[in-house]
Amino acid sequence: MKTLSHVNDLAEHYDLVVIGAGPAGMAAATLAADKGAQVLLVDENPTFGGQIYRAVSSTPLKDRALLGADYWKGEAIGAAFSQSQADYFPGATVWQLSPELELGISSGGRTAVLHARRVIMATGALERPMPIKGWTLPGVMTAGAAQILLKTSGVAVSGKVVLAGCGPLLWLIAAQYLAAGKRFDAILDTTPRGNWRTAMKDLPGFLTSPYLAKGLKLMAKVRRQAKIISGVTALAAEGEGHLARVRYTAGGREVVIEADHLLLHQGVTPNINMASASNCELEWDDAQLAWKPKLDDWGNTTVPGIAISGDGAGIAGAEAAAERGRITALDALAGLGIISIAQRDEQAKPIRSELNRYDRGRVFLDRLYQPAQQFRVAGEDTIACRCEEVTGGQIRKAVTTLNIAGPNQLKSFLRCGMGPCQGRLCGLTVSETIAEARGSTPEAVGYYRLRAPVKPVTLAELASLKQSETEIRTVARG
Amino acid sequence: MFQRLPDPSGSPVSFTLDGRPLEGRQGDTVSSALLAAGVETCRSSAVSGEPRAPYCLMGVCFECLVTIDGVGNQQGCLVALRPGMQVETQIGRGKRELAR
Amino acid sequence: MVTADVIVVGGGLHGCSAALQLAKRGASVVLVEKDYIGRHASGANAGGVRQLGRVLAEIPLSVASMEMWHGIEDLVDDHCGFESHGQVKLAESEADLETCRARASALHTAGFEHEEVIDEKQLRELVPAAAPHVVGGMVSRADGAALPFRTVQAFRNKAERLGARIIEGVAVSDIRRDGRDFVAQLADGQTLSAPKLVNAAGAWAGRIAERFGEPVPLEAVAPMLMITERRAPFLKPVVGATSRTLSFKQFANGTVLIGGGYLGRAEPDTNRTILDYAKLGENARTVRDLFPVMHDARIIRCWAGIEARMADGIPVIGPSRTEDGLFHSFGYSLHGFQLGPICGSIIGELVTTGQTNLPISPFSIRRFAPSGRQSTGF
Repeated sequence: MKTLSHVNDLAEHYDLVVIGAGPAGMAAATLAADKGAQVLLVDENPTFGGQIYRAVSSTPLKDRALLGADYWKGEAIGAAFSQSQADYFPGATVWQLSPELELGISSGGRTAVLHARRVIMATGALERPMPIKGWTLPGVMTAGAAQILLKTSGVAVSGKVVLAGCGPLLWLIAAQYLAAGKRFDAILDTTPRGNWRTAMKDLPGFLTSPYLAKGLKLMAKVRRQAKIISGVTALAAEGEGHLARVRYTAGGREVVIEADHLLLHQGVTPNINMASASNCELEWDDAQLAWKPKLDDWGNTTVPGIAISGDGAGIAGAEAAAERGRITALDALAGLGIISIAQRDEQAKPIRSELNRYDRGRVFLDRLYQPAQQFRVAGEDTIACRCEEVTGGQIRKAVTTLNIAGPNQLKSFLRCGMGPCQGRLCGLTVSETIAEARGSTPEAVGYYRLRAPVKPVTLAELASLKQSETEIRTVARG
Repeated sequence: MFQRLPDPSGSPVSFTLDGRPLEGRQGDTVSSALLAAGVETCRSSAVSGEPRAPYCLMGVCFECLVTIDGVGNQQGCLVALRPGMQVETQIGRGKRELAR
Repeated sequence: MVTADVIVVGGGLHGCSAALQLAKRGASVVLVEKDYIGRHASGANAGGVRQLGRVLAEIPLSVASMEMWHGIEDLVDDHCGFESHGQVKLAESEADLETCRARASALHTAGFEHEEVIDEKQLRELVPAAAPHVVGGMVSRADGAALPFRTVQAFRNKAERLGARIIEGVAVSDIRRDGRDFVAQLADGQTLSAPKLVNAAGAWAGRIAERFGEPVPLEAVAPMLMITERRAPFLKPVVGATSRTLSFKQFANGTVLIGGGYLGRAEPDTNRTILDYAKLGENARTVRDLFPVMHDARIIRCWAGIEARMADGIPVIGPSRTEDGLFHSFGYSLHGFQLGPICGSIIGELVTTGQTNLPISPFSIRRFAPSGRQSTGF
C-alpha cells in the first residue's frame, strides 16, 4: 500500500474508493487492488483497523492475551492490506459523495474533489445511544471508548468504575479489563428478563453458532471475577461537574453507589450517516431496532455504483465483515470489467458459505440483547440530543402540542440533531421517543433526513473548491 | 482517573495544553493523551456552558472538541498526537447563546 | 367523498395561509399535501422577510405583508421565530453605491420610502463585521427573518383550529371539473369535491395549470443553503450584496445561514435535490470576502428545497383564465416567503368575494396565454 498524507497526493480518478479501514474496508480494498483495480482507501482514524481492530498494527500493549485472540485476527487482514497496491489515506474525511460518485475529501484543513467508478462504504457501526439522566457528565463514557483507550494507548479507566448496559460487547470489554488487572465496582446488566423468552425460539440456530462457545466462556469468566447485578431497570449518573454517584434500580430496589467512571453500552447499530446523506434508501430492522441500508445480495445500495459492506450494512460482526467486504469487492470488479460475472459468482461461493456460518445464531443474539424501551427513549429530564441539550420531555411536549410528526419537523422547533454531531448520536433516540409519544413506530415516524457535509467542513475549505465549468446561475434571494 | 498499563511500548511525545507542558505516548490521539494526563473536561457545552468530556472516542459524538495549533473545534479523538502540538481546551468559551 | 367549499392543493406556506384565511372567512376548506406540511421550499428556504430589493410590482403586496409579519403572533398564535433587525445590502464600491442611490430614487418616484441609502459610518454601525473595503449600502429597517418550518407549521395549526381539514402524505392522482364541482381523486382512494379550487402546489403547480388548459413556463429549481455551527455573535441584520448574490444572517442561537440563490438540481418526481459544491464554493468565497470573521466557521449542513421559478421571475396569483372557480397562488420564484401572509389573504378574498383591493394584475396567469397580454410585471 502507498500511504498518502496530503490531499495533493490523491489521484483525480480511482476505479474504486473504499471508505473506512475496518475489516470490511481493508478486505475489500486488498482484494480489488490485488486484481488490478486502482483503489483508494480513505479512513478518518490515524491508523487502520477500524474500531474492532483499532491500532492492531500499533497498540502499545505487549501482552497479547489481554485483548484476546479474536482481536489479533485483524493482524492478518492488516498485513494483507499493507502488502496490497492500494492507496491508503489515513486521517482523512469524506465529507460528500454525490450520485455521480464525486467525493469531497478533507485532511489537515485542505480539501480535494475526486471521482470514482465504484464506491464501497465500510463505515462500520456505532454504539447505540443509551440516554440516561446525567449521561453528559464528565466521567461517563461509552464502554467502547474505554476499549479504544486500551487498544490505542494502553490506558485503562481506573478508580471506582461501573459498567452498565447489555450486549455481547459488554462482556468482551469486561473480560479485557479484567485481563488487564482492572476491576469493576459493579457491572449493571440491563438485559430485560423477558428477552430470554422471546429469544428462545431462535435458540436452535444459535447452538450451531461459532459465537456460542466463545460467548459463554467470556460470560463465565466475567461472572467469576466481578460483581454483576442483573435485572437493572433504571439508571442515572449524578454529580456536580463530574460523575460522583450512580443510581440504579434492580428488583424494585433503588441503590446509590459511589463512582468515578460509568461506562455505558447497549449494543451497536449500523453507521448510516454517509449512506443516508448520499441518498441511499434505508429500511428499519425490527430485530436489531435500527435503520440499515437497502441492499442487494452483493451489497449494492439503491444508488448505482455505491455498495456497503461490513457492519454498516447491518450488524453481523468483525469476521463476517471481512467476508462481506470481499463480496462487495468482487461485484465492484465485475462492474469495472476486471472480472466476468461468471468469475465473480464462482469466487463468491466459498465466501458465501463462510458467511452463512457467521449468520447462524445472529437472530438469537439480536433478540436476547434488545435493549429495554426505557433505555432507548429519553426520559422526561434526560437529554436526548447532547449537542443541543434537548430533553425527552421537550420532545414529547413538542410532539403533542405542536403536532410534530417526525424528527425532521422537530428540528425547526428544538434544534435536536442540528449540532456538530449532525444527529449521529441522537437519531435513534429521537425517532424512538417521538414514536413512543405518538403511539407509533420508529419505522413510521422515520429518521433525520441527512445531508452533506457528512462531517463539518470549514468555510475556507469550501471556498478553496474550484469554480464549476457550467455557468453559475443566480437569482434574487428569498 | 486513568492509568497507563505498566510498561507499554511507544516513545514519549511532548505537547502543551493551555501552555502547560505535558507528555503523551506515540500512538495516542490528542484525546487519549489528555485523558491519560488526567484531563477529562475539555470544553464547555455551546448551549448551557456545562462541562463536557470525550464520550465515544470514535468520531461520532463531537464531545472531545479542542483547539489544536490555533484551529478550534477539532475532534481530538481523530487526531494523532504529534510532538510540539499546542492543544487548548475550550472551557468557558462555549456559551454562545445571544441575549437579544 | 369529502365535500367542502374549497379544495387547496399544496401544503406549503401559501397553501396553509390560504386555508387559514378561507377558514377565517367561514369557508369549509380541505387542504391536501402529497408529503408533509412545509416539506419543500416553504420549510427549507432562508426565512428572509424582505421588502428590500423587490421588483416594483411586488412592493404593494410586500408592504402589506410586512404589516402582517409585525403582528404575526396575533394572526397565528406563534412568534414564528420572527425577528426584525432590518435587511442590509452592502455596497463594495462607489459604483455599487451609485446603484443603491438610483434604486432609492426610483422607489421614491413610485411613492415608497422603505429603502434608505446609508454611508460607510452608518453601515458599520449596523454591520460591524463587514470587510474593510465595504463603502456603504442600503437598508430596509422593518425587514427581518423568521424560522421557515416553524412558520408553516404555525399557519397550518391555526388553519386547523379555524376548522380547515389537512390531509398529509397523500398525493392528488387526478383532478377534474364535474359539473359545478372540482373532483379530486387522491392516491389513497379518497375523493374530494368542492366548487372552488386553489392551486398552491409550488414546484408541482404547473401540472394542475396544464390540466385545466393553461400551461405555464415553470421550472422546478433547488436553491441551496448552508448553516454553520454556533458562532460568537457578530451580526444582527440580514445581509446581501449589491453586485454579488448573497443571503447571510446569524440566528439568535449563534448559527449562521448562508445562501444566495445558487441552484442545485431539483428532481421533483423523487423529491430529491442534488447539491452543487462548486457553486457552494463560490458562495463561500463571497462570504469569506465580505466577512473575514467567518474563515474558520464550520459548515454543519447544506441543503436545498424544491421550488417553482417562473420564466419572468414573478409569481402567478389570481383567478384562472380557463376555469371558473380555480385560483392560482404559485411560482414565487425564490422570494415567496415574505409574501405568505398577504397572498393567503388575497386568495381568501378572491375565493369568497371575487375581488381584492391589492394590485394583482401583473401576476395574472393571462400573461402566459398564447395570444394574451405579455405583461412582465417589471
